[in-house]
Amino acid sequence: MEFFAQQFINGLTLGSIYGLIALGYTMVFGIIGMVNFAHGDVFMLSSFIALIFFLILTSWLGLTSVALVFLIVLIVAMILTALWGWAIERVAYRPLRGSFRLAPLISAIGVSIFLSNFVQVVQGARNKPVPPLVRDVIVLYQNEQYTVTLSYKQAIIMTTTALLLAGFWYLVQRTSFGRAQRACEQDRRMAALLGINVDRTISLTFVLGAALAAVAGTLYLLYYGVVSFSDGFVPGVKAFTAAVLGGIGSLPGAVLGGLIIGLIETFWSAYFSIEYKDVAAFLILIVVLIFKPSGILGRPEVEKV
Amino acid sequence: MSVAGINVLVDETRARMAQADTQAGKAPLLSVRGVSAYYGSIRALKGVDVDVHEGEIVALIGANGAGKSTLMMTIFGQPQAREGTITFAGQDITKLPTHEIARLNLAQSPEGRRIFSRMTVRENLQMGAAVNGGRHFAEDLERMCTLFPRLAERIDQRGGTMSGGEQQMLAIARALMSRPRLLMLDEPSLGLAPLVVKQIFSAVRDLNAREGLTVFIVEQNAYHALKLAHRGYVMVNGAVTMSGTGQALLDDPQVKAAYLEGGSH
Repeated sequence: MEFFAQQFINGLTLGSIYGLIALGYTMVFGIIGMVNFAHGDVFMLSSFIALIFFLILTSWLGLTSVALVFLIVLIVAMILTALWGWAIERVAYRPLRGSFRLAPLISAIGVSIFLSNFVQVVQGARNKPVPPLVRDVIVLYQNEQYTVTLSYKQAIIMTTTALLLAGFWYLVQRTSFGRAQRACEQDRRMAALLGINVDRTISLTFVLGAALAAVAGTLYLLYYGVVSFSDGFVPGVKAFTAAVLGGIGSLPGAVLGGLIIGLIETFWSAYFSIEYKDVAAFLILIVVLIFKPSGILGRPEVEKV
Repeated sequence: MSVAGINVLVDETRARMAQADTQAGKAPLLSVRGVSAYYGSIRALKGVDVDVHEGEIVALIGANGAGKSTLMMTIFGQPQAREGTITFAGQDITKLPTHEIARLNLAQSPEGRRIFSRMTVRENLQMGAAVNGGRHFAEDLERMCTLFPRLAERIDQRGGTMSGGEQQMLAIARALMSRPRLLMLDEPSLGLAPLVVKQIFSAVRDLNAREGLTVFIVEQNAYHALKLAHRGYVMVNGAVTMSGTGQALLDDPQVKAAYLEGGSH
């Protein structure tokens, strides 16, 4: 039971990170119906940006306040990654809008390959470690054989995910920008007829998606303390799986899907075999696509024409 | 009051009168001049001239595929006119992007209604008010609910679940939410029961009579449209072939033969 509880906490943490990445996928898919396959690599890139600024702040400037360092790193990573997101949309996707459906998808795969190779060239192929930033843990339960702990890192990750989900849900459902996003999703031409600048709305969505990826990337670095140029692919694909599982286009679905994938992967590793944890995760994708293609919280299309 | 003060007043009055003069002096609110538009290599509009003056209801009638809806969309820059000019309120809008044209308070209820089906009625109306940043939203919402009481009943229902007639009312209300200087209606009667058509047309007539709303309406239902309109144009194969007052067109033997015989009297 203690073992289960600990694995549950670990699974929720991993799932929160997947959920954060999945939010970016689902938001971009929601507005232009395109799977942004470069999103995983944007996440990896943001991890490196976080790493670089972490080292600058701690080694060069000698800052010691953990909270301050974390906050600055997070904000800088969000801003710089958002710029990348904007640039990628401008260069690789916008010119292809109105082209055939597969074109932006292929372009996204191209961006993905470019980003991982770019980081490999400028940062090297080896794993990049950072010294652990937050070490404290909360002991939840203890007996002679076993201790169940919740580390500060884990608490930060779960809280951040919950807050960002709430924030973005509010943004999409309750603000005029969110309404414009949903209008663009449903009928771009009509949105333009109502004075919505469609290009700007889509651009901003990419910027927000990239900023979310940066939060995930910073938390990933905080949690694992190490990042490599190839770390975009697998978490990216799993987060995509999470988005599909939860119902792509649905923000709560993305986080729910992320949590489920994280939990399944963690339990699979704990009770069966760690080598096959990816098999478990992707098996879910297959099963969901067969039996419930619209996902858990995806909307069934009932419309009067 | 000093003499200088009075002089200023006189000057202002003169300026205002001059302004009123130019408005009455037949500078049309919307002016389409020699406009041609293409879909690929197909010339869908062939040098169209249309004027809409402030306070008028102008109808454009014609058969299916004559290019009526293309003209409506071309005015909004989708597609952009390849030849000719379109001016609105004295500004050349021929090459403006669609959303900037909409921000000049030109509103359209387009062909096929294009309701945001996964948004509620309220959200659809909020989208309509987007150009004026949601100012006087509550007041305008109230007005729309008085104009179309059915919308008030369904305010929190999703647009996609409503009947065709309700969707058409919503499309018109959404366009009106921006307080447009010109309301463009594309086939508001299409696929609707005669009673609903009557309701919608009388709402448009009311708005024009009471608030001086300028309306440009495209219709296949020629009889109703010409009855409603002050002036009308007839479009055939992408070109305007006839124009005149609504009554003159109704009485014209050619129009009668082509668009009215056996029509909806």
